[in-house]
Amino acid sequence: MSGKLRKCVMLCCGGKPPSKDMATDSCEDAIAELQKLLSEKCGLETLAAAKIKQITAELEKTGSEPFDAVERIKSGFARFKTEKYEKNPALYDELAKRQSPKFMVFACSDSRVCPSHILDFQPGEAFMVRNIANMVPPYDQTKYSGVGAAIEYAVLHLKVENIVVIGHSCCGGIKGLMSIPDDGTTASDFIEQWVQICLPAKSKVKTENSGLTFQEQCTNCEKEAVNVSLGNLLTYPFVREAVVKKTLALKGAHYDFVNGSFELWSFDYNLCPPLPA
Amino acid sequence: MGNKMESLDKTDQGLDFFEELKHRFLCFKKQKYLEEPEHFQALANAQSPKFMVIACADSRVCPSNILGFQPGEAFMIRNVANLVPPVENGPSETNAALEFAVNTLEVENILVIGHSSCAGIEALVSMRDDVNSSSFVENWVANGKVAKLRTKAAAGHLSFYQQCKHCEKESINHSLLNLLTYPWIEDRERKGLLSIHGGYYDFLNCTFEKWTIDFKRSSIEKEGPKCLVKNRSFWC
Repeated sequence: MSGKLRKCVMLCCGGKPPSKDMATDSCEDAIAELQKLLSEKCGLETLAAAKIKQITAELEKTGSEPFDAVERIKSGFARFKTEKYEKNPALYDELAKRQSPKFMVFACSDSRVCPSHILDFQPGEAFMVRNIANMVPPYDQTKYSGVGAAIEYAVLHLKVENIVVIGHSCCGGIKGLMSIPDDGTTASDFIEQWVQICLPAKSKVKTENSGLTFQEQCTNCEKEAVNVSLGNLLTYPFVREAVVKKTLALKGAHYDFVNGSFELWSFDYNLCPPLPA
Repeated sequence: MGNKMESLDKTDQGLDFFEELKHRFLCFKKQKYLEEPEHFQALANAQSPKFMVIACADSRVCPSNILGFQPGEAFMIRNVANLVPPVENGPSETNAALEFAVNTLEVENILVIGHSSCAGIEALVSMRDDVNSSSFVENWVANGKVAKLRTKAAAGHLSFYQQCKHCEKESINHSLLNLLTYPWIEDRERKGLLSIHGGYYDFLNCTFEKWTIDFKRSSIEKEGPKCLVKNRSFWC
């Protein structure tokens, strides 16, 4: 990245593109110069962003190796086989016969938040659903059979002991939800319809946090949406039954990758026992 | 690895559970997040994954484990039996994620990964087709019924186990074809901006098969769509 930033700084300053001598300058110097320039001159940010995009595209065409998708997954699989599979034959033999994960996890599809990384889930530990903004819709066999199928399988067949719904910072899905105009007009084919599952979270945040910035409201909505999803889990009778019997616990979580923090909480609910006949 | 499983076995009580996850997150933070601050700072600003992966929710087949995807590399959908319903089925979580990955993130590759001993496919092969089901699983895996019909036609004389194995792969191809029912996917594929791949992870033998869809030759014909492939590889 340092080469691209140096060229960008020079172009923004209206100077010549960097010569070979510039190659010895540090990346940190280039970034500091650029930041100083951008803070001094308003309106340069858009220009800088456009230049960066243009230079990146040029460099990607001329300089570096083209990305080989097949090689990437081939080497990834080879590393898994030698570093994990072949080093734990007893575990993988057992897993080949059956899985008995104690967790069901809902996480966002975002490439930065895989629970196998941030919570080090190993093969066999967590039955995992990943979708936009880690949402759990309410019980509906027609509209939401996909999520329903996962929950039904996890609770009734795998008998997981915990369901954890993990939200995260800078969630594009939540931002999309918060950006839907009040008149409800949508621009996408499917995204906005999906994220509106957590409309109650948006309403809550808009009401209770109206004084906060849009970004702060989004952060709160990321967490409130997790709570809406946890509540929606209880609309599935088999989930409710397991929770009442205390064989299943529901947990919410939020991963903040900007600050490197992780929050985890138990879902607070009151379930009335069945009324006497 | 044995120690990890043991720790989770002890997390029946709420406190142990919290402690275990806290410990794991702090290890991730120390060993990865803080080791590469520039990389994680760049990721915090924006993601630009080159892959969109559709994989099963099965606990044994997370692509971050079996294909070593690192943070930022793969936008991921995980559902029962790694199914992609066609556009005409209407809105779902799968096509909302597809729309975001293809139109907003502009991923260059879509990879649909199936696997051995898939309980979802087993449910599809064994379910009765003539009655309406009250099971969520059966209602969902019915999205793969074309794959089941093809399996019964080609392998109906084989054992149940072999039919399931055949259907696991047939279903991947059916999902690949369903991807092309989305106009913005078909458009990018045709322009060479997007490649569509199928993958099959066999965890009994630890092998991985991969193939790429051959768009120019595939067509929706009167006798039924065909999935024509190229660049087939087998890794063991």
